[in-house]
Parts: sequence; structure tokens; C-alpha cells
Amino acid sequence: MRPYLRQTWALTRRYLTQMEPAFIFISLVQPIIWLLLFGALFKEVVKIPGFGGDSYITFLTPGVVVMTALFSAGWSGMSFIDDMDSGVMGRMLVSPVHRGAMMASTLVYQALTTVVQSIIIVLLGWALGAKFPSGVPGVAMLVLGAVLIAVAFAALSNGLSLVTRTRETLIAAATALVLPLSFLSYAFMQANLVPGWIAGIARYNPVNWAVEAGRSALAVQVHWGTVGSYVLFLLASVVVAGVLATRAFRSYQRSI
Amino acid sequence: MRAEPAIEAIDLVKTYKGEVTALAGLSFDVEPGTVFGLLGPNGAGKSTTVKILTTLSAPDSGTALVGGVDVVQHPERVRRLIGAVAQESGSIAALTGRQNLRLQGDLQGMPTQELSRRSAQLLDTFGLTDAADRTVKTYSGGMRRRLDIAIALVHQPEVLFLDEPTTGLDPEARADTWRALNELAARQQLTILLTTHYLEEADQFASRLAIIDRGQIVAEGAPDELKAALRGDSVVVEMGDSRGAGMGERALLQLTDVGSVALDGTALRARVPDGARLLPSMLAALDGAGLRVESVAVSRPTLDDVYLHFAGRSFHSAQEVAA
Repeated sequence: MRPYLRQTWALTRRYLTQMEPAFIFISLVQPIIWLLLFGALFKEVVKIPGFGGDSYITFLTPGVVVMTALFSAGWSGMSFIDDMDSGVMGRMLVSPVHRGAMMASTLVYQALTTVVQSIIIVLLGWALGAKFPSGVPGVAMLVLGAVLIAVAFAALSNGLSLVTRTRETLIAAATALVLPLSFLSYAFMQANLVPGWIAGIARYNPVNWAVEAGRSALAVQVHWGTVGSYVLFLLASVVVAGVLATRAFRSYQRSI
Repeated sequence: MRAEPAIEAIDLVKTYKGEVTALAGLSFDVEPGTVFGLLGPNGAGKSTTVKILTTLSAPDSGTALVGGVDVVQHPERVRRLIGAVAQESGSIAALTGRQNLRLQGDLQGMPTQELSRRSAQLLDTFGLTDAADRTVKTYSGGMRRRLDIAIALVHQPEVLFLDEPTTGLDPEARADTWRALNELAARQQLTILLTTHYLEEADQFASRLAIIDRGQIVAEGAPDELKAALRGDSVVVEMGDSRGAGMGERALLQLTDVGSVALDGTALRARVPDGARLLPSMLAALDGAGLRVESVAVSRPTLDDVYLHFAGRSFHSAQEVAA
């Protein structure tokens, strides 16, 4: 176990070292636009009968946190593609490195960046007037939900990169998934106001589980049982994505 | 007593899906502590051989042992015994030289103190101490290649694989890498498998070499042995024009000691047992035919000649077919 942990940490540190500070900044531009634009555009939707709550920015912030986590996780596989192109992947594979450590380190890195991004977005939302009645525990639960969906999505992105091995396909697949998955959830609209077919899909959409886990944990009255069950569903999706990504690794190795 | 071979390849066969056979029953041994050269044109099967020996790829059939360990049965054990430098650089451009070495040592599970001592020593050996804390992106081609070699050596492997280490480098970087290779070849406890399509590289560094063509070994031995197998020297006579060369060919073929004469543009290439002794009679024969000679050169056979002899085609034409 110890070599596995040391390898995972050494590779995570590698990703942290080679991280471009500019990338973090640029990745925050999008959520700022979502918060400002959607926040202003749909300011009045809270007046629709049945919406409940009194501030759209309060409603929107958890949705933007999850969507941003999803966006950056979609790029995760890019580092594998870079490594394949530069020969780093080949060098890793002829070293006694656990394949699991190679996968886990990218996911730990993704989890860490998601924590930082999510906290910044929560602070931005708060500056724009969002309220978080349940305070720190609620925000922590929102961040946990975002981390879990990010890790699951990053594992899928890694798996896809090992199968397709091209930047273009990975970018196309990630962007083709992120927006529909976000809009087929309650990220932007209250559950009882979306069309029935969307609600039907949202029930089984892991992105929605993350949004709902965060939002219910931030409510005035928190039903921790509901929050807990969403977290369990999210953990299950992480496991499924992890298994798929490991299989992709095996198929990549067989193809060399 | 002969030591157990450091590398043993027995009848390796590998066919890529839907493609031609990459390896067609390849066998060779490498003695510990030596530099073994695998020489052949692109597409001959050199890289496939290295991929199998370094556990990246599995053979369709055949056996390969590195340090006595079967690469298919126990890949994890083999990975601890080997270091490998591939054609592409394996170092991470965004990290410094020292960070790259540290990462590899961590992955190899080296004790931390030993790792920093070893890194400093390798940076010194390969002339990278001044650049150690700069990111690899700022390195020249030669520096980067030397770092790749240092990374492969960090855990003190028994066997080092160098897969075309100078391909794609500019002449300066190549000379730089050759200096590093010289330093490595002097280490007695290290076995090196060097693949190359540069004849002079194999000639200079390998104490033994195998010529590989179309997935098979066609000749094996010390470079001098292989050249000696051609028995004799090559004499090149420049005649100035092709008409003179054609007449000269007939004149030289009259001499009993001349084995073969090949016409090469305006020059004649003759193969003779002892060039220095036979040269006067060759010149006399040309003079007797009323031909003027512009220049003459006598040379020991090169690996180019060896390749032509064993693979049945010249090295450069094989290279062009592959390209």
C-alpha cells in the first residue's frame, strides 16, 4: 500500500507543480459570467408561483458550482493525451508505477482544484447577494457534491482519452456532454417548474444529484437523510466511472 | 565460466493487427556489462523488440528474459531492473530537471535521502548541475536527451535500453549525447541495449551487434568480426567519366586477386583481400589499358558494406523502402 500512496502523491504533486495559475483564473471567468448573466436574466423567475425562495442568485449558485466542476473535469483526460504524445506515458509504463496510482493522482488533483474553484464561486455568489442559511456545513456538503461529480466525470474523461488518444475527440465529447447534462437537471430551474420529461431524466442524472445534494444541504431546513442518499448515489457513480477508466487503461496497454 | 545473459530473446514473433509481421522469430543474447547494438533501418523491428523487452508490449510467441526474469510472466519485477530511454523524450517539460529526477525516484520507491544524493550525482555526471533548477522547456535538445538518460538511471538499473537515442537530434545535440554514451559505456556493471539506424553509432559504441532486417537477425558479432567476415578491403578508383569506368571495370576483372568490381557512377568499387599489396598491379592494369586514374582510396570495410553483404541490399536503399 505504501508505494501506491507515495506514487499517487508524487504524481499529484507533479500536476500541482505544472499547473498554470492563468488556467485557474480563466476557468473562473465562465462561472462569473453564468452568475452575472443568468443571475440578471432570470432575476424575476422567483416570482413565478410555485418557485419558492426569494432570490434567484441563492438558487443559482449551487448550480454554477456543479457546472463549473463538470467543465474543468471534462478536460482531465488532456494530461494523459499530452503524456502519450510527449513520451512521458511510455516512460511511466516501463517504470514500476501502479496504473491505479496514475489514475488516482489525476483524480486527487481534480478534487483539489474543484475544492478551490467551488469555494471561490460560493464567495462570488455571496458577494452578489446569495444566502447560505445552513452555513459552513451546508457549503461543505455542496463542495463535496461538486468534488464527487468532478471525480466521476474526470475518470470518464481519462478513460475516453485512453481510448481515442486525440485532443479533438476529447474536447468534442466533453463539451457535448457538459451542457445537456447541466440543463437536464435542476441547476437553473426549480424541480416543479421543469417539463415532465426533463424531470424524468433529471432523477437519474448524476449531475442533478450533485446539484440537489448541495442545494438541499444549504436550505433553511436541512433533511440530512436526503442529502446523504444523494451522496451515496454520487459515490456509486464514482465507482462505476473508475471501473470504466481502469478498463480503458487495460485496452490502451494491449494496443501498444 | 560464462555469466547468465543480461538479456535473452528467444524466437520472438510479433504481428500487429492487420499489418505485416514486425518480428519473425528473433533471437539474441546480451552478455552482462556490455553494450549491444541492434542495427537496422526503420521498420526492421528494432522498436518492437525494445517494447517487448521493456514490458510495454507482449510478443505473440517466444520468450524474453531480462536479468533472468521473464518479461511476460513478471513485468513488475523486470521494470525494477531496467531503465529505458525511448525515441521521444520522457521528461516532463513543465518541471525542472531535478523535479523530474525526484519524481522518477519516488515512482521507483527510492529512499528520499539516497534519491537526492543520486540526483545530484547524475546531474553532475551529465553536466546539468547549472540547469538543474530550470524547467525542461528551456533545455536544448542535447540537454534534454542527457536528462532523459539520467532519469532512466536514477534507480541504478542493471539494464539500460536506448531506443534510437540520437534520432531527430541536430548534429550538436548528437555529439553531446555521444559524449554521454561514452561515459555510460565505460560503466562495467551496466548492460546497455542500443538500437540505432546510424552505422557509425553502432560501430563506435557497441562491443557486439546484431543486424536486424525484416524482423530477423541476419548477422551477429563484434563490429570488427563482422567487417572481417567480408575478408578484405574495398578499393575505390575514381575514373572521371563513365566510359573510362566501364573500360576500367573490364581491365580490373582480368586480375585474379580481384574478387568483385562494382560500377558506381564514374567510380569503380573493387573488393580485394589486401588493398595495399594489390594496388600497384591494379593501377598497372588500368595504365596498361590506356586509362587515366583521377584518385584512388583503399579502405577497410565499413558497416555499410557489412549490411549490404548480410541483408542483401544496401543500408540506404532499405531505409528508403521503409520510409
